[in-house]
Amino acid sequence: MDLFLNQILAGIATGAIYACMALAVVMIYQAIDHLNFAQGEMAMFSTFVAWQLMQWGVPYWGAFVLTLAFSFAGGVIIERVLFKPLGNAPVLTHVAGFIALFAIINSVAGLTWDFTIKQFPSPFGSSPFLGSQLISTHQAGMIGVTIVLLILLFLFFQYTRIGLAMRAAASQPESARLVGINTSWMIALGWGMAAAIGSIAGMLIAPVVFLEPNMMGGVLIYGFAAAVLGGLSSPFGAVVGGFLVGVFENLAGTYIPGVGNELKLPIALALIVTVLVVKPTGLFGRTIVKRV
Amino acid sequence: MLTLSAAALTLASPALAEGVVSERADRVIRIGNLMPYSGPASAYSIVGRIEQAYFKMINDQGGINGRRVEFISYDDAYNPAKAVEQVRKLVERDQVLLVFSAMGTPTNAAIQKYLNLKQVPQLFAASGATRFGDPQAFPWTMGWQPPYQSEGRVYAKFILATRPQGRIAVLYQNDDLGRDLLKGLKDGLGDKAAMIALEESYEVAEPSADNHIARLKASGADVFVSITTPKFAAQSIKAAAALDWHPLYVQALVAASIAAVLRPAGLDASQGLVSAAYNKDASDPQWRDDAGMQRFHAFLDGYAPDVDRGDNSVAYGYGAAQCLVEVLRRAGDDLSRANIMKQAASLQGYAPDTLLPGITVNTAADDFHPIEQLRMMRFSGDHWELFGPVIDGKLRD
Amino acid sequence: MSALQEVVNDTQPVETTPKKYMALGTTASVVVVLLLCLAPLIAKNFVIFQMTMVLIYAIAVLALNILTGGSGQFSLGQSAFYAVGAYSSAILMENFGVNYALTLPISGAICFLCGYLFGLPALRLSGIYLALATFALATAMPQLLKLHYFEHWTGGVQGLVITKPDAPFGLPMSQDMWLYYFVLVVSMVIYVASVNLLKSRSGRAMMAIRDNEIAASAMGVDVARYKTLAFGVSAGITGVAGGLGAIAVQFVAPDSYTIQLAIALFLGMVVGGVGWLPGSIVGAAFIVFVPNIAEEFSKGLSGAVFGVILVLIIFLLPHGSRQIAYTVQNWVHKLGRRG
Repeated sequence: MDLFLNQILAGIATGAIYACMALAVVMIYQAIDHLNFAQGEMAMFSTFVAWQLMQWGVPYWGAFVLTLAFSFAGGVIIERVLFKPLGNAPVLTHVAGFIALFAIINSVAGLTWDFTIKQFPSPFGSSPFLGSQLISTHQAGMIGVTIVLLILLFLFFQYTRIGLAMRAAASQPESARLVGINTSWMIALGWGMAAAIGSIAGMLIAPVVFLEPNMMGGVLIYGFAAAVLGGLSSPFGAVVGGFLVGVFENLAGTYIPGVGNELKLPIALALIVTVLVVKPTGLFGRTIVKRV
Repeated sequence: MLTLSAAALTLASPALAEGVVSERADRVIRIGNLMPYSGPASAYSIVGRIEQAYFKMINDQGGINGRRVEFISYDDAYNPAKAVEQVRKLVERDQVLLVFSAMGTPTNAAIQKYLNLKQVPQLFAASGATRFGDPQAFPWTMGWQPPYQSEGRVYAKFILATRPQGRIAVLYQNDDLGRDLLKGLKDGLGDKAAMIALEESYEVAEPSADNHIARLKASGADVFVSITTPKFAAQSIKAAAALDWHPLYVQALVAASIAAVLRPAGLDASQGLVSAAYNKDASDPQWRDDAGMQRFHAFLDGYAPDVDRGDNSVAYGYGAAQCLVEVLRRAGDDLSRANIMKQAASLQGYAPDTLLPGITVNTAADDFHPIEQLRMMRFSGDHWELFGPVIDGKLRD
Repeated sequence: MSALQEVVNDTQPVETTPKKYMALGTTASVVVVLLLCLAPLIAKNFVIFQMTMVLIYAIAVLALNILTGGSGQFSLGQSAFYAVGAYSSAILMENFGVNYALTLPISGAICFLCGYLFGLPALRLSGIYLALATFALATAMPQLLKLHYFEHWTGGVQGLVITKPDAPFGLPMSQDMWLYYFVLVVSMVIYVASVNLLKSRSGRAMMAIRDNEIAASAMGVDVARYKTLAFGVSAGITGVAGGLGAIAVQFVAPDSYTIQLAIALFLGMVVGGVGWLPGSIVGAAFIVFVPNIAEEFSKGLSGAVFGVILVLIIFLLPHGSRQIAYTVQNWVHKLGRRG
């Protein structure tokens, strides 16, 4: 029983990483209606920028704020330069664009900062949290930040004019245009916000996994899985999905005899696909009615 | 249309290349190489950059027996299919004399048969798999670094000597490195292999090793063998310390770099770690006045000033390139492929600058594992302390 | 949240391609086939090998094109079927001594079955969700291949080495050239069969589903049947490509069939033109040659150069190479009218 509780706790600790990333995934999905495969690399790049600033002597919170601003601007610029000109090109062409972006960012980061791992500081320290050795203060802080972000996002999308406008622009672009929403800039804004949230995720994840150009490769798969499990239209669902995936995976690795440890990622993914088959829009996603 | 123009391009270029070859073939030594410059394994491509820089230095110093080295390195993205395509380009279009230090087990395995069929030396393959040191089956293929299985046996010997009653927990990367090293460990433990209480594998795609460490600790083991690459090694060291788990901690040499692993993980958490080594760690202060390492640093200052010297791959590339230059130097004016294999298979007691004192390169007609010796070391303060004798990890079955 | 249901206008993930535009005209086909037949006579062996790989990838891209361009289902998991095909052929050849040519239909059949079975749960998924499910399949495949229970057959992490076939009947040609013509014949058969499939009743049903699933089902198309059929056919063809790939490379290992391969095949489809079958070979050429071009520019930044080339291509040709084909076709028509 003790092992079981410990494994759940450890799963939640890892789940916090996925939840963070999933939140960024949902953010971009809200803005552009599909997944951005370069999201993890953008977050990684932002984290390197924060690291570089700290190397130059900027204190943690200064670097944090500067990185947020940089990421927001970066996200907007990427949308304006790369994806706005693609305009009405088919969705699959956009996906190819994400893959190109992935390759470019990864390669540039590798050349600039090398592939050796770098230590990234945590603002919360890393002593045991409430006496538990399985969750450190950093992981607790990460869960806290994720929940705060979630509440802020909820308020933003539910109660601010601009948040409502963004939702309208993503789900009903033509109607939104008719009521005077500048949909084009709403999309750019969504990119900026997604990049900024991604950078927070990156800066929170880096102290756990260490900073290097490929640090987000694995995290992104889990982030996607978490977001899809929770339902792509629901930030709340994404966070819950993140924790669920973390716990799933850890329990599979511990309790399924024989293959559990070797195949815990496939097992976790298979479970998610099963959930999707039963509930195609994820646990907390809205049902979508298609019109002919 | 795109296809046709692309095909036309590749059709046109070999003709050009050939013209150049025949003109000055006797003054140039062409060396082919494959590296994962793109893709997820690109971290290792630093080896190729260092080797390129090393040959540039050799050329600036007048070359090898008056011949200039031309190092042609292609990207295989760590993909076996791409490796076959690129190695064929090296052999058939660029007409390289030999293929040197191609990176990785799957890629080297994919080109092994082709190169042996063509009788082109596949020298110092950058992998510790035992299949690259089998002169009977593959007389044109030779590895360089100690085979992973040898390393595993060395750890087994050490554990049996220090903790004969211990319970062992193993974390290994689920690839050729992890599986081979684990096999060596089990072979070395022999009938005491039951000492292994729990073995866990991880995939490179996993974000963190933390949960593995929690489970391994729960197994009640008092010896931990960590067969991990740098990122996961650092995570494991950190996690074990955070969980207050202090086993006899054995770290595989692939991730025993002070700058690239121990310092990010925390030097406090790294105290008492045990590993084996054949190379000097460029970030270890004890080699500051070592003549070989001073040459190494002088080379980096002049030819690759921007690289991260704490990366193990830097010393690896330097050592391997130096060893190849030695082979070519010994080959003299007979640069036939057969003679090069003969020279490569008769190195005795040769010590590149980066090898630990007492460890040398030794090959023979029936021994295609150039480096098989290792020394045990323990981390203490800010450096690795060597202890015990030079251990011969020869694989005898 | 505010509303439980959300009504959207179903945006088509894949453009509508009228079926008459899915293949090349007769003259163009003859020219392409002639060029493909004659090319190896003037090329060196390693170039022939590259062209063989182009043809093999073209088969795999074509298979994806049938799935996505034909039935509107998106897949990032083609590498999984490619791997199953490759391993099936390799194991049959090395462990059971089956002739290489005979392994291909077996690999294709195994993959058809795998694809069909995978297509059943996939029926419930669409768009992003299907993308994730297939992505999961591609990620899981290398781990399954190296699972130690199967190690006796698969060779585990070390993979399997295969012997390359010689030209039969003592034909005076190199192994490379023989394999090239062999692959060429296989790919032409598959191409012709695919074009006919899409023109058939089944193909029209698939395209109806692609263009509007609800409308198609209202018109009496058995949506489930044709969607799973598309998955099966696509996987089967990919499996044949995988088998050929294994024979050409003479080696299979889990590292050969990672998500990178699935992404490459996807890019090949986009560059070639979604839904335009002849574009598959252009896409395959992209997969094989563009990384080589990228590394010519810079070793350290080859990934970035590749990305930039890709961006340029999708900027200039958001609809892939078929845009060029259409333009050329229009010129020819205009010239024809003037003449």
